[in-house]
Amino acid sequence: MLIAIASIKLRDLFAVVMLFGIYSFMTATLFMDLDAVDVAFTEAAVGAGVTTVLMLSSLRLTTRWEKIPRHSPLLPLLVVGITGAALVYGTLDAPMLGDAQAPVHQHVAPRYIEQGPVEVGMPNMVTAVLASYRGYDTFGETVVIFTAGLAVLLLLGIQENPDTKPGRTAIGDQLVLRVLVKILIPLILLYALYVQFHGDYGAGGGFQAGVIFATGFVLYDLVFGDGNARLVMPPRWLHRLAALGVLIYGGVGVISLLGGKAFLDYSVLSHDPVHGQHLGVLLVELGVGITVFSIILAIFFAFSGRSRIR
Amino acid sequence: MNGLPGLYNDFIAIFLMMAGFYVVISQGNLVKKLVGLGLFQTSVFIFYISMGKVAGGNAPILTDGVEVYSNPLPHVLILTAIVVGVATTAVGLALVVRIQEAYGTVEEDDIQAQDDAEEWPDDTAQDSSKDTGPDANGSARS
Repeated sequence: MLIAIASIKLRDLFAVVMLFGIYSFMTATLFMDLDAVDVAFTEAAVGAGVTTVLMLSSLRLTTRWEKIPRHSPLLPLLVVGITGAALVYGTLDAPMLGDAQAPVHQHVAPRYIEQGPVEVGMPNMVTAVLASYRGYDTFGETVVIFTAGLAVLLLLGIQENPDTKPGRTAIGDQLVLRVLVKILIPLILLYALYVQFHGDYGAGGGFQAGVIFATGFVLYDLVFGDGNARLVMPPRWLHRLAALGVLIYGGVGVISLLGGKAFLDYSVLSHDPVHGQHLGVLLVELGVGITVFSIILAIFFAFSGRSRIR
Repeated sequence: MNGLPGLYNDFIAIFLMMAGFYVVISQGNLVKKLVGLGLFQTSVFIFYISMGKVAGGNAPILTDGVEVYSNPLPHVLILTAIVVGVATTAVGLALVVRIQEAYGTVEEDDIQAQDDAEEWPDDTAQDSSKDTGPDANGSARS
């Protein structure tokens, strides 16, 4: 909370963005405390990692310093105060923290917890709900990410920048950094694959794995220069990979339609329904992972490849 | 009213949400507005995740000897929301970058001033710009 206030007060946008990254990391630890391991995972990778890098690269394209506002802060403060008071009044009847009798725990959640491991056959309930029970929602969200990536590419495009020729480095010849990053990147990529394929049993899944995999490439890009990273993963591949991920997800749904069941009912994928569920979730998570990875990397390339105008 | 300490999670979420709201409506810098939106967003995440918490519960991964699990449903919703959030933030930042290229500034007041100057260069041109409407202005600018 203190970090949040500090990030409002500061005019140096660079410091604001760094504080926001720290704030995201604190939020991740809070989620950990509230038993949401999968969410903490995602927040740490996305909020503290990718968002910070993206905001910094757009600061490079705009300005670092914020102007002193001309308006009086009193009117916004008044509006915020009134809204906040109304919300606090609204929460007075809300259930307590950790109350097992709260309405949120009464509707479909008990079924997910009790039947999920039996019907879907995987210990991680979050993955089971994400990919099987709520498969439609997740499909929609994957398409949203794909569309957002398309929008960024339409707005910025991945440009060839004269500064991004292969061989030029961004940070120069920082020997310690280069050696450390060389050791770290294989570990990051390996860990992302583990998160991807072990998501059924432990914390993790396609969303986290895609982000972590992209982080490995972003790190390589930051230290070894834009051109080198593009040699490893050409942007035109990313476009195809992003579409391929959505296709895998939708294709699994169509296959289950052809098998005579509802869209995204994985039972038809194998003779044993539970085994079919397992296979379906694995395929769907793979599609999600590929889409998230390629979209995040494409967005990063779009920002980093753009040269500053004016 | 006897359970106010039990509601502190809601109060934290509301405080963060109002902090983000304040940034969005009071600050002129577009990048900072996006940071405010991010604050607003995480406050909703915290609210949802704290709703899913069950006292004495464990992380919702099946383990031997654990009877009480926290509610996995809010976790699923927020998990996907975070990743969608970064994608939409990227769209916002891309728009900010394009605004910077078109106007040379990301301060809301300056952009407004430039727009006004373009729409009403002086009193004589005011009538003609009203006749052609905003579409003609937009095409002329691009």
